[in-house]
Amino acid sequence: MLAAVIVERVVWAVAAMIILGGALGVIGSENPVHSALSLVATLFGVALMFVLQEAYFLAAIQVIVYAGAIVVLFVFVIMLLGVDRFEVLWGRERALWRRPLAVLAAVAITVLACVGMLATTTELTGAPSATARLDADNDVMVIGRSLFTDYVWAFEITGVLLTVAVVGAVVLSRRPTVSAIDWDEFPVDEVDGEDEFTIDEPQDAGDEPTEVAS
Amino acid sequence: MSQSAYLVVAAALFGLGAAGVLLRKNPLVMFMCLELMLNAVNLTFVSFSRSLNDVGGQVSVFFVLVVAAAEVVVGLGIIVAIVRRRRGASADDMSLLKG
Repeated sequence: MLAAVIVERVVWAVAAMIILGGALGVIGSENPVHSALSLVATLFGVALMFVLQEAYFLAAIQVIVYAGAIVVLFVFVIMLLGVDRFEVLWGRERALWRRPLAVLAAVAITVLACVGMLATTTELTGAPSATARLDADNDVMVIGRSLFTDYVWAFEITGVLLTVAVVGAVVLSRRPTVSAIDWDEFPVDEVDGEDEFTIDEPQDAGDEPTEVAS
Repeated sequence: MSQSAYLVVAAALFGLGAAGVLLRKNPLVMFMCLELMLNAVNLTFVSFSRSLNDVGGQVSVFFVLVVAAAEVVVGLGIIVAIVRRRRGASADDMSLLKG
């Protein structure tokens, strides 16, 4: 029993270090690819904490969906847009007050969240949930039963949401159609070049017969 | 291990994500910081779900995951559309609602 407690504490400490170190890496990396890799570390740390809290199904989903799909999508977009454009991280800001204020706001959010959540740590009634107890069965069974009975409407709407998101992404990232091209961008020289090219061809054709004749 | 340890980590993660959204200018990195904040909330959901012995928190995490996936897809589509129109767009360049 004591060993289990010690193991839980050690795993918690490792997961917390992975999570917070990864989050710092996301914020502090100049290169967006490094940010994406740090994000993977953070997501794995969160999955570790899910396992620690016996949410095995969610830990698997976290790794599959987040690390497997969302981060890959991020990396795809980074590669699509090019990684050569770095942002100047610690250069001069247009407004000097902006950055200290941002740090102050982040610290305030953290403290507020800590206080708010720790204040509610005491159990509300002490009685377990009447309808959807977590320890009634293994977690996949319990989540599945809850998802397909109580939350079935939300589940179906989720399917519609995913379809809408896919269609929206296709529409948004499609290349603009021909009519949307700004023709003023193209210089007039190219049109002239095209004309010369059409004139050149008969000249070549005309040269060849003369050689053959001589 | 008590629930409060997980809640403190979640709060710190949320604060770091908020700092990233406020400090960074690259829209992609801002999006990643949004993901950090969503993960912090998921961690809170799971720890409350465990301590209150109710499956509702875990089901909420499931829905948050799905909505986050949809949000990332649409958001990255918007970023690709913007950057294709004007190269090197940072969050400052997108501050005006003009074309």
